[in-house]
Amino acid sequence: MSELIDAEVAKRVLAAALANGGDFAEVFAERNAGLTMAIDESRVEAVQAGAAAGAGVRVISGATTYFSHVDGLDPDDIERAAGEAAAALRAERAEPRPLIATRTTPLSIEVAPAAVPAERKAELLRELDERGRGAGAEIAQFTASYAEVRREVSVANSEGLFSGDDRTRVRIGAQAVARRDGAVETGAETLGAHRGFELFDHDPGSIADDASRKALTLLDAGPAPAGSMPVVVGGGFGGVLFHEMTGHGLEADHIQKGASVYVGKLGEQVAQPLLSAYDDGRLPNEWGSDAIDDEGVPTQKTRVIEEGRLTAFLYDGVTARREGAAPTGNGRRESFRHLPVPRMTNTYIAPGDAEPEAMIAEVQRGFYAVSFAGGQVDPATGDFVFGVSEGYLIEGGRVTRPCRGATLIGNCLEALAAIDAVGADFEMKTGVCGKAGQRVPVGTGQGHVRIRAMTVGGTEV
Amino acid sequence: MIALARRAVEAASAAGASDAEAYAVEDSGREVRVHGGEVESLSAATQRGVGIRAWIGKRVGYAYGTDLSEAGVRALAERAAEAARVADEDEFAGPPDSSAAPPDSSAAAVRLMHADGAKGAPEAAGGLSDPTLGEWSPDRLAELALVIESAALAADSRIAGVEQAVYADSAESVALVSSLGIEGEYSSSSCYGYVQALAEGEEGRETGLGFDLGRGPAALDPAAIGREGAERAAAMIGAGKPRSRTCPVVLDPTVAASFIALIGRGLTASAVQRGRSPFAERLGDEIANQVLALHDDGLDPEGFASAPFDGEGVPRRRTALIESSALHTYLYDTYTANRDDAASTGNASRSGYRSQPSASASNLVVAPGELSFVELLGEADDGVLVTDVAGLHSGVNPVTGVFSVGASGRVIRDGELAEPLREFTIASDLVSMLRAVRAVGADSRWVPFGGSVKTPSLLVGEMTVAGS
Repeated sequence: MSELIDAEVAKRVLAAALANGGDFAEVFAERNAGLTMAIDESRVEAVQAGAAAGAGVRVISGATTYFSHVDGLDPDDIERAAGEAAAALRAERAEPRPLIATRTTPLSIEVAPAAVPAERKAELLRELDERGRGAGAEIAQFTASYAEVRREVSVANSEGLFSGDDRTRVRIGAQAVARRDGAVETGAETLGAHRGFELFDHDPGSIADDASRKALTLLDAGPAPAGSMPVVVGGGFGGVLFHEMTGHGLEADHIQKGASVYVGKLGEQVAQPLLSAYDDGRLPNEWGSDAIDDEGVPTQKTRVIEEGRLTAFLYDGVTARREGAAPTGNGRRESFRHLPVPRMTNTYIAPGDAEPEAMIAEVQRGFYAVSFAGGQVDPATGDFVFGVSEGYLIEGGRVTRPCRGATLIGNCLEALAAIDAVGADFEMKTGVCGKAGQRVPVGTGQGHVRIRAMTVGGTEV
Repeated sequence: MIALARRAVEAASAAGASDAEAYAVEDSGREVRVHGGEVESLSAATQRGVGIRAWIGKRVGYAYGTDLSEAGVRALAERAAEAARVADEDEFAGPPDSSAAPPDSSAAAVRLMHADGAKGAPEAAGGLSDPTLGEWSPDRLAELALVIESAALAADSRIAGVEQAVYADSAESVALVSSLGIEGEYSSSSCYGYVQALAEGEEGRETGLGFDLGRGPAALDPAAIGREGAERAAAMIGAGKPRSRTCPVVLDPTVAASFIALIGRGLTASAVQRGRSPFAERLGDEIANQVLALHDDGLDPEGFASAPFDGEGVPRRRTALIESSALHTYLYDTYTANRDDAASTGNASRSGYRSQPSASASNLVVAPGELSFVELLGEADDGVLVTDVAGLHSGVNPVTGVFSVGASGRVIRDGELAEPLREFTIASDLVSMLRAVRAVGADSRWVPFGGSVKTPSLLVGEMTVAGS
């Protein structure tokens, strides 16, 4: 399990890291290898293989973290990095505790992607291309991408933790462009998991159909409405809304700096009782799942909202230690070149009891946001914005026509409290979340959700 | 580094590549984060890696790695060749030949060395590097970051705290070698500081960003960074929503830069050739108001993307994109130039050894106008000032340029700044926006978000604002 660095090396590195004192030291070693390729203009291209190995060493003394990382897994280099991290400290040597190896069970991978011939992956892209282009004569362009990565990690710290994980993820994406006269519209869909190549056993080409269908639908789109109105958000990727407007604000680093609208709200009613939500890093083979986080803490299921009441924040080691809380397995990092920070894993709103059709039927004039191109939030103010990639107008309780170029904009606390229906349908989708210059895979999910009032930014005033 | 790159090219040829190119980078970087008067984290790291592009006939593949041992580089070269075998043939694939690059890149190097240095840069600077960078100890850098934070806290009584104050720098050496005889290397350094300040209002917290950048820490004004963050945060207290309507909009330099970076993406030949640009088939057309001139300048000594040569060894240069209302050219790397039967404009860009080159803007520079910021507001008379946008990556259709993005800012009433605004959107499309630019400010600054851009404030005559 921990073959990246052996126990003796880890012990030496931790001792070197605490040579000038410190409350905590850790070494995180990683070896990764990946392959990406794309198809564009029906030509397989941008075939790229990448590999890296290295280690990051950090020492924490009081409120300060000292960090150094090095390429390669040569024990002498890692020890040198430890010395560099310790260089600015001036205190008495501290002693790390003896390491106790913890056995972890990495998520199961049936078919290692690296063992599948590259040509088979090129074939998969050609299949997507054929399906996507076959969706209609108005599909003017189609591109698709394939990515695989395996990350082996080992982590040891001065409190005796010694653990590891072996993570394999695969993901494909499809983007279609449809054209009719002057109108040009795009559609996209992805499929990914913490799994092996077996993910593609069941009709991966359907994402190409979906991408093309979205682009074709939008050809009939009119301008998006502008102003405040009820908004019904679709299931699955609609969960990015909750990820952005609530999830980030629950990350303990934002809370401790006072840079979250959820400061002081623990135990309070922040949503109607029909809403419960979770962060769950243990969902089997889900895109945002791992056996342990990047500090060696086993991932867990954390209930963040229970029947409208805020029940938990998401911690990494530093933020948990700061307030004497238990870590929640949310200390994640992009690679050995980064410091861990509190991050979501798979975040979702639990299924409710409303039927999506009934939720729409109750809306006189509103907006139906099926999927988003992305979103952004300022956790401190709670202001957020989402680009809608597929959206429709609701008139008289019915979905009437597609809209182009809509944006949803609002404030977290207001929007969360304004959720007045949660659908019984449920779906998880994959995303890549950016924070502190680091990108990590996250899952988002929900059924249909209705928000009583929200600002839709379109061009039709 | 150049020896490593040569070794990688030889290994690729031995692995069966008909042509090969290696891009080797060594980078040392430091970062200090402070919070509450204390150092929160201090990071230091050096990384070295190499990326190999291998061509087998008209097929191309790429591999990168950090194992620079003899065996490691050989394995990498083999993976690059394997990747090439998987790719489909592309008649335009191929490396630039050495005629595209002067023997020692001297023309470019001379301008970089003798131009008036970046602000505050030492006289002896080699243009792209601040030789004094190494003299700044981690303690001194922490001091600088703490000054940023304390200046933010002291600037306004309504500042409740600082989310983070950060200093970061990087010094890199790049070497590029190709089997067609291109060889070159250069070094450059860069640093930046920023603060995210928090202001406390009656209806909640507001944030404000302050930043500055340069070749080395001596070029930064830490107190000014802190003040800017504080002023931006405090200015937002009590913000409301604007009335939904169509009106004049002033984009401050940070917001204008985000839009210019997007426009730069649409002006790359790759976006145009693949039908993903609102500027396709518009060469020579009037696409902007005549007050707006836009250049790509890969040689501006202050620009972070400046270098003697681009990501495949072709000299960087200054290219007029929009002048006298007309669209003059697209931005080319070798592949896109082959496809259009044009010449590379030296715009093959990489983000490190992990990425293969692709056509992309270097530094985008909007020519400054005559009007001060205050005069620009006077011109707008009645409208909205936008000081921040969110959701640009999701709110813009790259094919049509149609956008709707989240914004915050201030009301402009009778030519003067009035109450703050938040939670509204601005919507238009990129070409309409360029045509609607009515005046250009004189307040140019470098903005490093989403690209390297230098631009003043812009007055757009008409845009849809959606609020209440």
